[in-house]
Amino acid sequence: MAGKRNARDVTPSPPINKSGTSTPTTAAPAVKTVTSKSKDANLSAQEVAVAMWDNYVKATPQRTKLIDVFMAFLVVVGVLQFVYCVIVGNYPFNAFLSGFSATVGQFVLTASLRIQTNAENKAEFESISPERAFADYVFGSLILHFFCVNFIN
Amino acid sequence: MTVATENSYLKGAKGRNTRGLLRLVILCTIAAAAVSSRLFSVIRFESIIHEFDPWFNFRATKYLVANGFYDFWDWFDDRTWHPLGRVTGGTLYPGLMVTSGAIYHALRALTLPVDIRNICVLLAPGFSGLTAFATYLFTNEMSTTPSAGLLAAIFMGIAPGYISRSVAGSYDNEAIAIFLLVFTFYLWIKAIKLGSAFWGALCALFYGYMVSAWGGYVFITNLIPLHVFVLVCMGRFSSRVYVSYCTWYALGTLASMQIPFVGFLPIRSSEHMSALGVFGLLQLIGFVEFVRSGVPSKQFQTLLRGFVFLVFSVAFGGLVLLTVSGVIAPWTGRFYSLWDTGYAKIHIPIIASVSEHQPTAWPAFFFDLNLLIWLFPAGVYLCFLKLSDEQVFVVVYSILASYFSGVMVRLMLTLTPIVCVTAAMVLSTILETYLSMKSPRSDAESVAAEAAAGKKNAASKGGLRSMRNPLVGIYTVVSKSTVVGAMTLYLLVFVLHCTWVTSNAYSSPSVVLASKLPDGSQHIIDDYREAYQWLRQNTKEDAKIMSWWDYGYQIGGMADRPTLVDNNTWNNTHIATVGKAMSSSEEVSYPIMRQHEVDYVLVVFGGLLGYSGDDINKFLWMVRIAEGIWPEEVKERDFFTPRGEYKVDHDATDTMKNSLMYKMSYYNYNGLFPPGQAQDRVRGAKLPDVGPVLNSIEEAYTSENWIIRIYKVKDLDNVGREHGAAASFERGNKKKKAAKKRGAKVLRVE
Repeated sequence: MAGKRNARDVTPSPPINKSGTSTPTTAAPAVKTVTSKSKDANLSAQEVAVAMWDNYVKATPQRTKLIDVFMAFLVVVGVLQFVYCVIVGNYPFNAFLSGFSATVGQFVLTASLRIQTNAENKAEFESISPERAFADYVFGSLILHFFCVNFIN
Repeated sequence: MTVATENSYLKGAKGRNTRGLLRLVILCTIAAAAVSSRLFSVIRFESIIHEFDPWFNFRATKYLVANGFYDFWDWFDDRTWHPLGRVTGGTLYPGLMVTSGAIYHALRALTLPVDIRNICVLLAPGFSGLTAFATYLFTNEMSTTPSAGLLAAIFMGIAPGYISRSVAGSYDNEAIAIFLLVFTFYLWIKAIKLGSAFWGALCALFYGYMVSAWGGYVFITNLIPLHVFVLVCMGRFSSRVYVSYCTWYALGTLASMQIPFVGFLPIRSSEHMSALGVFGLLQLIGFVEFVRSGVPSKQFQTLLRGFVFLVFSVAFGGLVLLTVSGVIAPWTGRFYSLWDTGYAKIHIPIIASVSEHQPTAWPAFFFDLNLLIWLFPAGVYLCFLKLSDEQVFVVVYSILASYFSGVMVRLMLTLTPIVCVTAAMVLSTILETYLSMKSPRSDAESVAAEAAAGKKNAASKGGLRSMRNPLVGIYTVVSKSTVVGAMTLYLLVFVLHCTWVTSNAYSSPSVVLASKLPDGSQHIIDDYREAYQWLRQNTKEDAKIMSWWDYGYQIGGMADRPTLVDNNTWNNTHIATVGKAMSSSEEVSYPIMRQHEVDYVLVVFGGLLGYSGDDINKFLWMVRIAEGIWPEEVKERDFFTPRGEYKVDHDATDTMKNSLMYKMSYYNYNGLFPPGQAQDRVRGAKLPDVGPVLNSIEEAYTSENWIIRIYKVKDLDNVGREHGAAASFERGNKKKKAAKKRGAKVLRVE
């Protein structure tokens, strides 16, 4: 999960994957030559990332960006905890688990909030207003933190 | 209950007062029927706890009520598993005890002081009313017709498949677990329909409660991910699925880890890995969908699809690797035996020895579910017709649960809710179709009406057109009333069947054996409690009782004495030790009993009364379990005659006749009969004229019908002789001629 968020900004991995997977799987558009297609894709992958970033910066509302920053922060915290656990060892395993799952759970809940408050998803969640979504978020987070504090001993 | 009913009802538009009132009255009646059909045993006999397991739950509840929650949470029980003890707080599911403790205190706060025993006895009927209500809610989510919920509620209320585990007095985990199961599923359906984090969190909370109540929570842990996975595979991924599942998983997993008995299992064991895997998969898909929404490029889509596939397979490979390397625990035997059905019988006899772990026979399905079982496939088919997210859940649940209930009798319990729900959907569809008084439009009107014409019309106009025209609509009152009448008849027969089954098959307390005298009056055989009461009153407070593990909980609960092994079979070796002591000769058993400080040995013997569940019939399992640990010393083959028969009469092998169990069961049994006519009524065998002789233990108590026999383990001989020699001396078997010959003695070492 940590890697996924970053994968959007850091481009190198998609081209490597593509060269491995696209040739066997996309046999349908055999009209184009292989070389031109791969070149196209290569370009577009780079361009797409840049364009996406621009699009994101432009199109996303301020509030959603705030949520995204919070999510990125959670990812960083989670990764740090995990790395620390890998380096030092997981002796109080419940402490690691509760800390780590607090970040994961909070990330997931925040992602849910982001999805629910997104204007594009109005059709999907007709019964949930943004205020309701926020109240749900608070409810879920309270439960999450109660369990984490209880589990960390 | 009433509030929620009225809420769901208020959505109706017209005539809502009447309908709401009706619905309320019907639900209350259903709850009353569910409760009252479970009270047969309390009315016939008395208000006591029935089977074996509930006695432990009862004892733990008494401990909780007496000592408070914190003491209960870290309760070290030194009166079971005698030399070892049991860390009870960490090895039980506390949900049941805490629930009844809470009810106890709540009633007390309402100035209704009710004895804790009565709460424990009546907990299961009470919760069955709630289960019926939860089924009502669940079915209402599935079906648009309002009657399906009510039908499902009544089915769930009286279906014998569920009653069998929830009659009054069966204070077992399933009593509350089925309610929690259905209610968790209801919340889950609600969550996935609305895509609401709130319902997801509620679902997680009730999942946590379920985890605290029953080990069968693993069913939910695997069913919900499976549902989501099927949805994803069907291309029905939506952000609603993401929100509800991720909320449920993140909170639910944390909630389940709060139970000490579960601990880190959700991270470490294979049963929980599907949930984790689907969680990871959803993150991936969610991210990919997010990216795709920004980029319309076709190539990028395929690229990302490949990416998802790659990561998924890598994660799966990693999981397999971790399992193989042992970081993640493999399937436990109990679960593994669900897949490999021959596994338990070969490797873990203790799992196979429980009668509930056998495969289900066909009649059992009909016996437990009567007409529901043949409506069940139709209901699943109905779900296929209108396949939305929640119908997929029904389909997945049905398939999984029918497999499991076919493998193990006990899991019929998890099948029952879904059978009730689907059957109710079918029945309500049928009734809805045939009960509407409006006739379809007549044939003389137009082409459109002709296309919708029924059978009558088709028959009058000729064959070809009738082939073309679909058969839609029912015209005559006769056909309507016939079908509705037939269905009503079936339903009435269903009620009769359920009542009959409950009354005859599932309402007998195993503690008290009832039999009918020739004049029809009831004769109660109460040997169990007689013997346990004897133990409670005539032995010292910490006298250790050795018996087979079946009776461990009852001895702990009724006789209140420490036992060596009990129904919580966590230590197979210890059970095998008892099995070895029971199946070996006295010379071997006596040291074992001394080492474990056994004071009394209790055996169950049904030979006089024809009570077939006695220890001689269970004896082979003791031998098998002991043989699993000491294959050199206990051999199953030795207990069979040369022709391979298991016999107790003249033909019994020497090993059999010398085993402690045989001797204890038949000790002095000859004296009851005229010489040479001792008869074992269970095995139908004529016993040898000379009964067995006991040297190292002595008979302490035998109940009225000889069902329970208790023996006291003798102390060491005063002069240091072997017990055999001492007893032989006592009997006067001294050789008349004083043999002056010196025996082959060994050198006395200091």
